[in-house]
Amino acid sequence: MNPILIRGGHLVDPAAHVDGRRDLLLADGKVAAVDMPGKIKHSAAEIIEAKGLVVAPGLVDIHVHLREPGQSYKETIATGTAAAAAGGFTTVCAMPNTVPVNDSPETTRWMQAPERGAAVRVFPIAAATRGSMGENLTEYGALKAAGAVAVTDDGKPILGDSVMRQALTAAARVNLPVIQHAEDTRLTGGCSMNAGALAFRLGLRGMPVQAESGLVERDIRVLSEIKDSRPHLHVAHLSTKAALDAVRRARRNGLRVTCEVTPHHFALNEEAIANYNTNAKMNPPLRAEADREAMIEGIIDGSIECIATDHAPHALHEKEQEFERAPNGITGLETALGLSIAILHVRHKLPLSRVIALLSSQPAAVLNLKGRGTLAVGSVADVVIFDPQKQWTFRALQSKSRSKNTPFEGWTLQGKIARTISEGRMVYGG
Amino acid sequence: MPPKTPDRKSPKIEIQSASVSSAKPPLIDPGSLLSSNDLTIDELRSILELADRLENEDPTQRDKRLFKRRVSLLFYESSTRTRTSFELAAKALGADTSLVSAQSSSIEKGESLKDTGITLRSLGAECIILRSPYSGAPYLLAETTGLPVLNAGDGMHEHPSQALLDLRTILRHLNAGSKVTEKTLADVTITICGDIFHSRVARSNALLLPRLGARVILCGPLPLLPETAAQLAPGIVIERDFDRALAQSDIVMMLRIQAERLAGLALDLEEYKGRYQANTARIAAQAPRALIMHPGPIIRGLEVTSEVADGPQSAIAQQVRNGVAIRMALIMRALASNGLHDVRPGKNGRR
Ligand SMILES: [Zn+2]
Repeated sequence: MNPILIRGGHLVDPAAHVDGRRDLLLADGKVAAVDMPGKIKHSAAEIIEAKGLVVAPGLVDIHVHLREPGQSYKETIATGTAAAAAGGFTTVCAMPNTVPVNDSPETTRWMQAPERGAAVRVFPIAAATRGSMGENLTEYGALKAAGAVAVTDDGKPILGDSVMRQALTAAARVNLPVIQHAEDTRLTGGCSMNAGALAFRLGLRGMPVQAESGLVERDIRVLSEIKDSRPHLHVAHLSTKAALDAVRRARRNGLRVTCEVTPHHFALNEEAIANYNTNAKMNPPLRAEADREAMIEGIIDGSIECIATDHAPHALHEKEQEFERAPNGITGLETALGLSIAILHVRHKLPLSRVIALLSSQPAAVLNLKGRGTLAVGSVADVVIFDPQKQWTFRALQSKSRSKNTPFEGWTLQGKIARTISEGRMVYGG
Repeated sequence: MPPKTPDRKSPKIEIQSASVSSAKPPLIDPGSLLSSNDLTIDELRSILELADRLENEDPTQRDKRLFKRRVSLLFYESSTRTRTSFELAAKALGADTSLVSAQSSSIEKGESLKDTGITLRSLGAECIILRSPYSGAPYLLAETTGLPVLNAGDGMHEHPSQALLDLRTILRHLNAGSKVTEKTLADVTITICGDIFHSRVARSNALLLPRLGARVILCGPLPLLPETAAQLAPGIVIERDFDRALAQSDIVMMLRIQAERLAGLALDLEEYKGRYQANTARIAAQAPRALIMHPGPIIRGLEVTSEVADGPQSAIAQQVRNGVAIRMALIMRALASNGLHDVRPGKNGRR
């Protein structure tokens, strides 16, 4: 692996408070030097000219479904991480709702084995309860030792109060966050979209906002009752203003609560379902316009610390079903940066460095991924280089993901990725 | 941002497009009828007029109109009146019909709607009439087969041919003719009462009738009629007191309680009858001249008593008769199109 010298680019490294022209030297899988243009000399290094381009920490996605083990017809760790690389991501955290559920150190290790052919770093997130059945906790210490960076039953909530209390307490002991898929499934049986006038007109049963906000409030109450430790609750794919307000209140009260929002929840509202477009079906569902706007507001005011894709590949034949029968979820790794720049930076004037922080340093901090999400000297040589001005058209057929279930087909996005470097290796472009 | 797509009468995405690129929307054959909202007033008028012409035509001439054309009925739910009505309509025009129902087909073996549709198309079907327990299923079938699809009821979504036959029944009752405009029902108040939430008939009527100027009152208890129902279309109001709704109404549509879809709603049927049943005393007191309609099946003694269902104000038998006329017109319209799957270069002019 040759050293790589990235020259003439505009370095945006929010964690190191760098936002200006810098050269960057990568060697031995680490960031070896950062300096003013022209200062770094290295005769043996491969040179990447980055004039006019942004050089940023490789992006970090803490919520992806790679479908392996068990559902390789939807995605594999190899294809999912290739999509990640194409989207500028160098770190992805894989959810445990595989087949079987990743609730063991063996599966956790298996997912990280070199034989999986991952293009970028995969950190498994293990099941919080055995089989994600919501009853008996898994072995958090052993899972962490095997490489798990958090626990969750994602796809399903941890519904019982006492199980949630046990999970938070046990996770705090080994300093792992508990990630909650906040859906009170007692209120969402048979539902396939957001509740409201549109659901009524389409004749679909709707998930009320309270199904999300109520469970977030419950989790926060449980968290506040734990006095002898300080557990970390992370709310996955937050989608409603009511739930966001609950998170804000909890944080004002000094609780350790973080949250993520997906690009689709700030890019789309429920109207994207149009005539039963199953590529606009996911869980949590696309919400009303006011909720979409609240997600943007929460990002801008800092209440939401990260963008995570909830990349959820499904085969064409699964999505080509009646709306209520089609599975939830859409792919997201290759559209996240382009949507974030187009919507948050261009339209809502959020500084580019903040967009990058939401996609790199902040998610890395949420899951305590040391040396990632920054390009400070000594950190992991994970880099994305992109043209922030360039508009391009997303075509699902060209996606590296095995699945093409996206509502963003044909969208014009902004910010075209030139190269992605993972631990010093070129994994996309070039 | 999102590509511009042709207006398919679907709600607009709020986000403004900065894009000039275009993704192809799925093609739906224009001979399809998936929602009563899809029809322009002009199309409505031509369907109603065609129904008049076909109904009055010499049957020995009429059955040459679609001689040996192939119409498939694909029924995932049981149905008596709608299925028979479509079958009679197709046969009256000379078409061959084939019925595929859930109990007698590979549907049972888990074949997808798409594959069933493609199989029917390969067997020569030129139009599929679909009833499905899933809202939106006709869109999937129309998109994946390219054939004209007539929605014969999809989940809780719509039943547009029922709304058209109801409209024909109303127009004839009012001696209003078939040349409908935005004002044809301007002075008419129509109450739809009962299990609105689960009713595709209610949705199709509530979307259609206000576009002809009607004032539509939705009536029922909260679990069966959420407040959001009023946002279906402009010109819709909710009145929970049936007597008050009746007193304002020229037309009353009664709906049955769909026990099979109630799933967990606790409803006191005795209390329901007390408040919402159309019985002789109530109708005589509040709406002695109103036309009483019901799409069927009727649960006698629950939402409507036998005296009212069979009484002089009842239009239930006319509704059934109008169903055949309307469905003849819809099948004619469906088969008048070439079918998008079959459009060749230079031949895409149609109707
Ligand atoms: Zn989830």
